Amino acid sequence: MLEIKNLHVQAGNHEILKGVDLKVNVGEVHSIMGPNGSGKSTLAQVLAGRETYRVTEGEVLYDGKNLLEMAPEERACEGVFMAFQYPVEIPGVGSAQFLKAALNAIRKRRGLEELDAMEFLTLVKQKIKSLGVDEKLLHRSVNEGFSGGEKKRNEIFQMALLEPRLCIMDETDSGLDIDALKIVANGVNALRTPERAIVVITHYQRLLNYVVPDYVHVLLDGRIVKSGGKELALELEEKGYAWVEEEARAAAQA
Amino acid sequence: MSKATDTIGELVSQDYKWGFVTEIEQDIAPPGLNEDIIRLISGKKEEPEWLLEWRLKAYRYWLTIKEPTWHNVHYSPIDYQSVSYYAAPKKKLESLDEVDPELLKTYAKLGIPLEEQKMLTGVAVDAVFDSVSVATTYKGKLAELGIIFCSFSEAAQQHPELVRRYLGSVVPYTDNFFATLNSAVFTDGSFVYVPKGVRCPMELSTYFRINAESTGQFERTLIIADEGAYVSYLEGCTAPMRDENQLHAAVVELITHDNATIKYSTIQNWYPGDKDGKGGIFNFVTKRGKCLGRNSHISWTQVETGSAITWKYPSCILIGDNSVGEFYSVALTNNYQQADTGTKMTHIGKNTRSTIVSKGISAGHGQNTYRGGVKILKSATGARNYTQCDSLLIGDKCGAHTFPYIEVKNPTARMEHEACTSKIGDDQIFYCNQRGITKEDAVNLIVNGFCKEVFRELPMEFAVEAQKLLGISLEGSVG
Ligand SMILES: Nc1ncnc2c1ncn2[C@@H]1O[C@H](COP(=O)(O)OP(=O)(O)OP(=O)(O)O)[C@@H](O)[C@H]1O
Ligand SMILES: [Mg+2]
Repeated sequence: MLEIKNLHVQAGNHEILKGVDLKVNVGEVHSIMGPNGSGKSTLAQVLAGRETYRVTEGEVLYDGKNLLEMAPEERACEGVFMAFQYPVEIPGVGSAQFLKAALNAIRKRRGLEELDAMEFLTLVKQKIKSLGVDEKLLHRSVNEGFSGGEKKRNEIFQMALLEPRLCIMDETDSGLDIDALKIVANGVNALRTPERAIVVITHYQRLLNYVVPDYVHVLLDGRIVKSGGKELALELEEKGYAWVEEEARAAAQA
Repeated sequence: MSKATDTIGELVSQDYKWGFVTEIEQDIAPPGLNEDIIRLISGKKEEPEWLLEWRLKAYRYWLTIKEPTWHNVHYSPIDYQSVSYYAAPKKKLESLDEVDPELLKTYAKLGIPLEEQKMLTGVAVDAVFDSVSVATTYKGKLAELGIIFCSFSEAAQQHPELVRRYLGSVVPYTDNFFATLNSAVFTDGSFVYVPKGVRCPMELSTYFRINAESTGQFERTLIIADEGAYVSYLEGCTAPMRDENQLHAAVVELITHDNATIKYSTIQNWYPGDKDGKGGIFNFVTKRGKCLGRNSHISWTQVETGSAITWKYPSCILIGDNSVGEFYSVALTNNYQQADTGTKMTHIGKNTRSTIVSKGISAGHGQNTYRGGVKILKSATGARNYTQCDSLLIGDKCGAHTFPYIEVKNPTARMEHEACTSKIGDDQIFYCNQRGITKEDAVNLIVNGFCKEVFRELPMEFAVEAQKLLGISLEGSVG
């Protein structure tokens, strides 16, 4: 479903991603871990089409199509969703109105009928309940004044509503209390179906106890230097990244 | 990154959709301003003698004063002698059936087919085409209620006592440079009188349109709500595309007696000039209301998206005790547009209240200035003012400026002021894009959210129109 080949990315003159290779098949859950500043969010944002980053080399295929040539909203309509590490506030724009615009844009693209206000509300209320998000948030401006945890949960609620095919979650677990973490995990697991793929960026094993990944990758200084199964996450949690770094250096010298 | 790579600052390049010229034979006065021209205008309109005298007094006064320079707008000097002060369609028109089909087509292009509007929306339209009112609809129905809704020229002939009593009572001919000029040369406009205790059952509406080349348009509008009366009035404006700048200097006077209410809404979409700032309307307008009576209420709502330059301060003089003045404004400047707009609230009566909500949107190289004056006189015990003025910036070449002036002479006054400036961030746009929403739609969502307190004040169908207009005016301002 997703194939990243030798991806190099710059912001300004600074090279952040230095040749990332990653293949994600439908039905799989991949976790990407790595120290602060290693380029995880950059990777997620480039996949979503953020324009501040410049791709200097490599390619990304999504369903065999060149993802990098698509506008960000096209990618969204084609089923790429990113849960933001730092969801932005949009004062004045009501959450419900925003979600309706989003859902209908995507439905239109998929050749489905746009929902009217009633149908939309019914759907939204059902989804929001299942994610334990307070319905009152719908009446507030998008993310405005939401607590850190509310913002994160709101991202997953949106993901559940928009039903993407490729879900990229950038540190959605950070800042969640234990109950919220379980709710979010349940929400993600509900989306875990054979026709979807999920990429979970995280620093902690915690979430992975609930959303058990098929693969774990370590992103270090702009490259994926190690990949493994779910045990790798446990090992990282225990030992940190120094040993991976060491290994990578040795491999580079060899 | 390929075709997705645009940044904020590009969505502002939409062509003016109302730029067409109607080919109708016009009766145009030679350019220039002198007493003969004024006599010509007055004569064409078969005005009473006192009105001509009033015009001439204004003209003579105008010769002694200078154009103001205190505002925050820039333009090359206007040559008042090169402007033609009168243009009227040659044919005399009496009913809608006689209206030139060309003209009706013009209205159709504007999206206001008169017939349709009459039937479908229940809106009575007094259409001002350049300088003479050509069609006034629904007059009969209104007349049954004793409501007078006609062109200013007609009012001067049919109801001279009312015109004479109120003309210049809110905006005297000595008021300011442009109002004085208007007093001398005004050609037409609307007149509304709602008698005691009558609630006008429909929105009254006028569409203004400047058509002839090099003609200034000087409308004069006078609206009077007698005791306990209510009227809601909407003015919409559009002008064709021209290279040179055209002058528009209107005067609007509103008067409310005891317990009366006037709601005055404007959607102004005069030609703003092209992307490089060439052409466009100079919109120098004086609008003022006088809450004469106790518990009377005047509310101005404006959505200003057009004109190269807008210079406009719809104001209220709150004389009657407990009277209320309101000003709700959305002003949008794009490309090289400049707007210097705001309001003045003068509190004279006891327990008078005023509310000011101003929303300025700047995109491209647009410059947007809010200028507000709140004056609480010594007599205005218990007066209250609430002011909120917010600015929204799109891109980084535009500007927003606010000049709130406050003068309080009575210690019991309660004043509240809130202001904030925000920017549509690339990150906000990206967030919307990531959820499938296009840039245009994202900007519309944000802009409409920003303006919703003002749109709420507009009559329903016009709120929809205003939203669309903002969308169109901003297309291309974000890439
Ligand atoms: N727009 C930008 N301009 C310049 N440098 C940037 C930009 N965006 C990111 N960087 C830099 O690139 C590096 C990678 O950032 P990124 O946000 O991808 O890290 P991360 O792996 O997500 O880290 P964290 O775990 O802290 O979230 C950092 O050093 C960061 O400062
Ligand atoms: Mg990050």
